[in-house]
Amino acid sequence: MRQAILCHIQDHADDVKIDAMGNLLATRRGTGRRRLRVMVAAHMDEVGFMVTGHDTDGLLKFRAVGGVHPTVTPGNRVVVGPKKLPGVIGMTPIHLASGAGFGKVVETSALRIDIGVSTKDQAKRKAPLGTYATFDTKFSALGPTVRGKALDDRGGCAILIDLFTGDPFPFDLLAAFTVQEEVGLRGAQVAGYALEPDVAFVLEGTVCNDVPQEPDEDRTPVTRLGHGPAISVMDRSMIADRRLVAHLIATAKAHGIPHQLKAPGSGGTDAGAIHLSRAGVPSAVVSVPCRYIHSPAAIMSLADFENATRLTREALRSLKPSILESER
Amino acid sequence: MKDTIKKLVEAWGPSGYEHEVRALIREEVEGLADEIRVDPLGNLICRMGSGGTKIMIAAHMDEIGLMVTHVDDDGFLRFAPIGGLMPKALFANRVRFENGTLGTISADGTEWAKAPALDDCYIDVSTGANTDAGVGVGDPAAFWREMEVRGNRAIAKSMDDRIGCVVGIEAMRKLKRTKHEVHFVFTVQEEVGLRGARPAAFGLEPDFGISLDVTGTGDTPKGHKMDVALGKGAAIKVRDGGHIVPPFIKNLMVKRAEEAKIPYQLEVLPGGTTDAAGIQLSRAGIPSGCISIPTRYLHTVSETVDLNDVSACVKLLVAVLSKPFEA
Repeated sequence: MRQAILCHIQDHADDVKIDAMGNLLATRRGTGRRRLRVMVAAHMDEVGFMVTGHDTDGLLKFRAVGGVHPTVTPGNRVVVGPKKLPGVIGMTPIHLASGAGFGKVVETSALRIDIGVSTKDQAKRKAPLGTYATFDTKFSALGPTVRGKALDDRGGCAILIDLFTGDPFPFDLLAAFTVQEEVGLRGAQVAGYALEPDVAFVLEGTVCNDVPQEPDEDRTPVTRLGHGPAISVMDRSMIADRRLVAHLIATAKAHGIPHQLKAPGSGGTDAGAIHLSRAGVPSAVVSVPCRYIHSPAAIMSLADFENATRLTREALRSLKPSILESER
Repeated sequence: MKDTIKKLVEAWGPSGYEHEVRALIREEVEGLADEIRVDPLGNLICRMGSGGTKIMIAAHMDEIGLMVTHVDDDGFLRFAPIGGLMPKALFANRVRFENGTLGTISADGTEWAKAPALDDCYIDVSTGANTDAGVGVGDPAAFWREMEVRGNRAIAKSMDDRIGCVVGIEAMRKLKRTKHEVHFVFTVQEEVGLRGARPAAFGLEPDFGISLDVTGTGDTPKGHKMDVALGKGAAIKVRDGGHIVPPFIKNLMVKRAEEAKIPYQLEVLPGGTTDAAGIQLSRAGIPSGCISIPTRYLHTVSETVDLNDVSACVKLLVAVLSKPFEA
């Protein structure tokens, strides 16, 4: 993943570094009109699995890495290890499913990955303890939407690549493609420390639970597909800087960019770590709504993606030190 | 002092939205400090003295609150908590939004005896006229209730931790000058995880830290098994859920209290913690203590303190800052 991003950005980068944690930190020199250190972050990692044991019949025990609900794992295809061995997470055929267990969620500890070998030794050789596995889902363009695994947060990475390789900003752009967000914002914590930004924006793929929704149903989903990029006010990891939230909303209105507020209270992002780094960093989050997030196949609207890119670009272009000097 | 308390506890300032409280405190301390500034997260930092032992005093400006997540078809508002909301303390209470809109909290159903789940609670902002309350998803609110004084007792919302702010302000008034370099920091976002104090401590790099915050008491019927009571003086923290006070700081505070004949009690709090826990773990470690104001009914609209305890806390802080910071 890091290599793929590097290929996209290296011709535009004035400085590139891979830090001790594996974060890809790149600087794109700006026009120098504004003295601001602006960090924009997106995480490279995705949720997945790790091999934790081998059965005598060659099946692999595993655990989730990051938040994967056990309901979405059985029966799914995965790729295992650096050689991307094809595998499947096994499940009981419906012919045999009956009785009290039918319809119940099967805990991950009772599931196995089958990579087609039949002895413990073969399994150990092909997928030693600690081997990673991820969902095996090909990207598809469906029309106004796209389908893929890991849109959280490869969508954010793609936006950051666009911003980085487009026209320069009035200030130096400090891009951080971070590691290990899904296991606790671990990459962003050190990236925020190292870059010492004055202000930070985090680009994310976020929860979109707008379906199923009956026409007369009385609820507010966290976000809605196709209603534009989501601006966070408060999640579990951070209360966003209200000046930056106001700036994002004003930018969206000024440019006629559709946008929505992410309903408060759920999720967490790299901004949770970045805003607490060193003496504190005013931070905000722009997200692309992703239906079926943390599953083998999420759905994202291309219009939301384009509008998230536009919103972030315009908000950065008009970002002035005076915004940060005003009363928080 | 009562006027200052009233002004601060009745101000609006849920975590992340402390601007009104910050402006009020700034008015109080202007002229007392050698330098006043606001850091990137909104902490108000007031320096007195320079060059001596660097001591960070922390009292948090924010209060617990809630944020709207959904406005239903009939105009009732659902919400997410900001900080540690207790469902049983919400029912039938009033909240206020930044634009002045008032609301009443109630809950689904007609159950009388049981505390509702947070998800079942809603806010009623109806006026009877078909007016727009002007509040929607993403708007924060805080408890609303006027302060009441009953003898030595003061009862209000958000004594946690505006009373700590008052102790800091009053100490600044009495201290006048100090050989130390004292940074009185009025912090943000304590209630959501000490998010203001930790970066502030990183920025200041103090030698020592002291937080001023409320603590629970064990003096109510079948209350906590806790040896702190209203009216028995300033509470010197020994430990809480996130912080073991270095013995020399606790001993220093005890010594200063005894020298000046300030009533005090030792506080061992089973759960919860204060900004001092965050300060202590900043950078390479900053030895930190805490002067606590005993308070009944925490995280409700009726947080109750004894004004004599508040005075004792002010005296103790001034005594600690007036002498060398060593036991």
